Amino acid sequence: MYGRFRTWGPGLLVLLPTIGLLGYFVYGLIGATLNTSLTAQHAARRGSYPYVGFENYANLFAEERFLNSLKNLGVLTVAFIVGTLIFGLLWALLLEKGVPGESIFRSVYLFPMAISMIASGVVWGWLMNPSTGDDARGINRLFHLLHLGFLENSWWSGTSRWTNMLAIALPAIWQLSGYIMALFLAGFRGIPPELREAARVDGASEFKLYRHVLFPQLSPIALSALIILGHMSLKLFDLIYAIAGPSQFRTEVPSVYMWNTLLRSDMAKAAAIAIVLLAVVAVLVIPYVAYTVRQESAER
Amino acid sequence: MTAVAEAPASELLKRKARRGAVIDGTTPTSRTVRFALLLLFLLFVLMPVYVVVITSFKTSSDTTAASQWSLPQTWTLEPWQKAWDVLQPYMIRSLSLAIPAAIISSMIGSMNGFVLARWRFPGANLAFAFILFGMFIPYQAVMLPLRNTFRELNVTQGVPTLLLAHCIYGIPICTLIFRNYYATIVPHELIESARVDGAGLVATYVRIILPISISGFVVTLIWQFTSVWNDFLFALFLTQQRNGPVTLGLAALAGGQKVDYAASMAGALITSLPTLLVYILLGRWFIGGLMAGALKG
Repeated sequence: MYGRFRTWGPGLLVLLPTIGLLGYFVYGLIGATLNTSLTAQHAARRGSYPYVGFENYANLFAEERFLNSLKNLGVLTVAFIVGTLIFGLLWALLLEKGVPGESIFRSVYLFPMAISMIASGVVWGWLMNPSTGDDARGINRLFHLLHLGFLENSWWSGTSRWTNMLAIALPAIWQLSGYIMALFLAGFRGIPPELREAARVDGASEFKLYRHVLFPQLSPIALSALIILGHMSLKLFDLIYAIAGPSQFRTEVPSVYMWNTLLRSDMAKAAAIAIVLLAVVAVLVIPYVAYTVRQESAER
Repeated sequence: MTAVAEAPASELLKRKARRGAVIDGTTPTSRTVRFALLLLFLLFVLMPVYVVVITSFKTSSDTTAASQWSLPQTWTLEPWQKAWDVLQPYMIRSLSLAIPAAIISSMIGSMNGFVLARWRFPGANLAFAFILFGMFIPYQAVMLPLRNTFRELNVTQGVPTLLLAHCIYGIPICTLIFRNYYATIVPHELIESARVDGAGLVATYVRIILPISISGFVVTLIWQFTSVWNDFLFALFLTQQRNGPVTLGLAALAGGQKVDYAASMAGALITSLPTLLVYILLGRWFIGGLMAGALKG
């Protein structure tokens, strides 16, 4: 027994501090948030508050404002994922066979990823100025100059949920399409050339080659991309804060609503919003983590 | 993680499509169309950069709606000076935060990654899942009690609180990157023979693993530096204007009632310079980090 422990024991010892830290700062604090969400702590002052069960959650889901933020989040997530996947895949397809200056294209497409969401939000918020006509600024002014005045619009400050959230998704798509391109490009380059050659020798058309030979090889990457983009979108906060400001009902999503709730010192409600957010992320991520770990242990 | 993260991703990217020997399914027309489309998208991506750069050199009377897309009438460095005066203390705080945070989480991640890849123990899979999930949690779910914890631990608000937070929540991603890295480059036999020779974990790590870890470290250092530098949520929740990092400074510069557009744009450029510089100088590894760190938001 002692001999076997001597082989694997040190490994466990190395991991113990990490397990302790994450145990407290991730799982323990989630527990604390959950605990707060079940109390009547509607003030900043700490102390003992009575437990109210799921009352805070029931109130949230009965509230127009919270439902609005969830709907906004849904639209944002769909727009962001679809847009980013389309551009990312398109750019990867265009670059995949090699073009002159490929590294320049790649670097330019990818560079927005290096910039903070706050910086890009400051810039895009200014570009997506809602004024039109002679007073138009930003992109609307560009449309004006290019005689495309009919394209001028009020961006995120209109009346339709779809156009508002699409405008919020636009900078996020700008920032992350290059990343998805890099993922897919690496995927294409990882496919053995023999596969393509064999398909061509068998007389497959270009379309069929992609549809039946290459795309199926990329499905694990597409799955990862979906999870990455999905959980980024669910947590999105900085960009909305910088573009529309934190107190805009039009573009409010749960993470922003939580911030506003916190400003009013309603701890229990803020905690409940945070737990709902966590639950939505977990639904997406837990199956993925389980799948990854199982696959890893199968490979070993 | 996917196969992509396991393979040396930056190498895959550079691998050119094979040409010549077989028909690659392209014609001169399709090549031209492709190139034209790529140029068009290049313009779309660079469009914001153009306005930001020209605006940052404009005088305040020049930032009217009508002249927004034209070059400055007179070029001036004033907006840069103004933005720098505001942002300078924030920049120093961000640097003194991001550099140590990146180093500390990388070191912990390297040890952890080695154990999870090549010095496994019963239950290592469980530990891996435990750590992996920590990577995905929305910070909102821990933020409220985190403030109380730091208050109880008497951590000074500002760089120290953020340093602690980023080090802890950076461990999962660094561990994952190193785990995948070691699983790819370190052969099982190498570790086995070291064990047969009687080398313990620490000796094996220091003598065999550490010397071949450099590119792994470059990836995690860049990744952590970028995400700490760009973080806004922790900054907003855990610090204030007088002790916060550069994202808070930029939000203050570009927010408020009377916004100086030229200075805001110069500020956006100034705060992005360090990460852009890292990206330009070390882009090859940056891409590798993006691949490996695929799952961190």
